[in-house]
Amino acid sequence: MPNSDHATRRTFLGLAGSAAAAGLIPIVTVRPADATPAMLATAIRNVVGEANVRIGKVKLDIPPLVENGNTVPMTVSVTSPMTANEYVKSIHVFNEKNPQPNIGNFYLGPRAGRAQVSTRIRLADSQKVTAIARLSDDTFWSATSDVVVTLAACTEEAI
Amino acid sequence: MPSALINVPKRAKRGDVIEIKTLMSHIMETGYRHTASGSVVPRDIITSFACRYNGAEIFRADFFPAIAANPFITFFTTATESGKLDFEWIGDKGFSETASASITVE
Repeated sequence: MPNSDHATRRTFLGLAGSAAAAGLIPIVTVRPADATPAMLATAIRNVVGEANVRIGKVKLDIPPLVENGNTVPMTVSVTSPMTANEYVKSIHVFNEKNPQPNIGNFYLGPRAGRAQVSTRIRLADSQKVTAIARLSDDTFWSATSDVVVTLAACTEEAI
Repeated sequence: MPSALINVPKRAKRGDVIEIKTLMSHIMETGYRHTASGSVVPRDIITSFACRYNGAEIFRADFFPAIAANPFITFFTTATESGKLDFEWIGDKGFSETASASITVE
């Protein structure tokens, strides 16, 4: 019996916690310069069109916790044999809360040998980063990662 | 000081997958920052990057303000023949830089 009491208390505290967290969300999303989920969806639609984006094949390597949003290392790799008939055409990277939803587009081809691209990106806030790969058969595959940023990019004043 | 740093293996076996690393020094000003007086600092970024292997394009990228300053890109290609790799960066305010590296394929 005490166990079920614990469970209830825990459930209640959990609910209270998520309610408090939900209360904080509007403060974050109200900032006008942020890309909205709608902008993100539009940016993705511009790349994939009406095609279905499936989860898988893509691996997005990005640190889950970064101290400095001004330079975040990121590697995207796609499972593909990279032959003349079966290869990755392009990799597109998007974010949720920077002022613009796009990060970069990378165009590969059968000669790449390995479908992997690394770069360093900026993140203005803790958010989700999504990578979408277009394969030679025009199917789209994606991976999404959550990143917590302690010092955001774009906030400092230029002198 | 050279503005571009390129890392390409000097020699490779035919058919090997080689890693190419490039770094171009550039401020990549986002266009979202303000000065102390409140005016917007205009955008000044590199918008595109391309790599050609003996004239044939093997890699291309579009950059947005979310690419960090001094864009660093790593990608792969298959060593097919000896020759030259040409790199080109194009950006705002007429920015245009090129670099090249040669490779011997055995």
